[in-house]
Amino acid sequence: MQDDPVIRVVSKILIPTIMLFGLYVQFHGDFGPGGGFQAGVIFASAFLLNAIVFGMNKGRHVWSPAFVLQCIALGVLIYGGTGVAGMVLSGNFLDYNVLLTDPVAGQHMGILLIEFGVGLTVASVMVGLFFAFASRPAHNRLLAQDDVRQEKAQKTKPNATAKTKGASK
Amino acid sequence: MNFFVVDSLLMALLTIIAIMAVRQQRLLGVIILSGSYSLIAATWFVVLDAVDVAFTEAAVGAGVSTVLALATLSQVPDQEKKRPIEPLPLLVAVGAGLLLLLAVVDMPSFEDPTAPVHTHVAPHYITLSGSEIGVPNIVTSVLSSYRGFDTFGEVVVVFTAAISVLIVLAGWTRKRKSKDRA
Repeated sequence: MQDDPVIRVVSKILIPTIMLFGLYVQFHGDFGPGGGFQAGVIFASAFLLNAIVFGMNKGRHVWSPAFVLQCIALGVLIYGGTGVAGMVLSGNFLDYNVLLTDPVAGQHMGILLIEFGVGLTVASVMVGLFFAFASRPAHNRLLAQDDVRQEKAQKTKPNATAKTKGASK
Repeated sequence: MNFFVVDSLLMALLTIIAIMAVRQQRLLGVIILSGSYSLIAATWFVVLDAVDVAFTEAAVGAGVSTVLALATLSQVPDQEKKRPIEPLPLLVAVGAGLLLLLAVVDMPSFEDPTAPVHTHVAPHYITLSGSEIGVPNIVTSVLSSYRGFDTFGEVVVVFTAAISVLIVLAGWTRKRKSKDRA
């Protein structure tokens, strides 16, 4: 799909817009519809669009698979850590009232933190699943063409391929 | 009365799309149909005033899961094998459907204020979440504060499911070589 100028230009405009909307849904979830789950999915769809239009290798370059794996765990850790922080500050598990001196402000703080954890986990899970499926050798032609072409181009410069291979392992 | 027309229209569309998806042999068509099914279901949730659910349905059902299904389609043949209808699974499916319809009769009617779900903890959330949590969206305050432990469980479920899928599809973190596995 890389050769189509319409798709390239439109996705270049759309990708930042989608990410901005994802952040809006993430941090505006307290006031309107939305929250971590929806925001994570919307945020991930920007990366998915990038990988579909510009090829899997470019997609991996933006959010590397190792970092995707770390983010999956990090989101759960942020959520659980917020809960444990409540216990450390002599409350119950996931009790946000004790996070700050004012209980209502503490609730705001806690909700913001755990929604961020949810969003991070969901976004990186979606990106990771897509990478995992799309990185396999394709049975159909659907997603394969761009990558095959890129790999052919990369064979002309073996230095770069060797370097990335060493870094990813 | 107006809502009745909208509801029936959406339900009819959902039924038509479901039947089309069952009859469709090409898997690409099935994926597109299931995406549009989710979109219409999201519209229906908006009619029912469940905007948060509608949002999730539109983003997950119509958006990402369609893309993930397309990515899966690149791994499998794109045509469904034609099979004769087997009587026993059909009987089980129809029987289970009829039992569920029977259960619907016993459910309290929609918007019934005396239904058990509206008399247990819901009044507390609606009247006190403004002063206890201070978040305008009650859905968010229930989801992340009152029911924070459940949501934690949900996130852990997402985490576990993703880890198991990624283990099954291992090898994706390495850069793919062109010909060795094709």
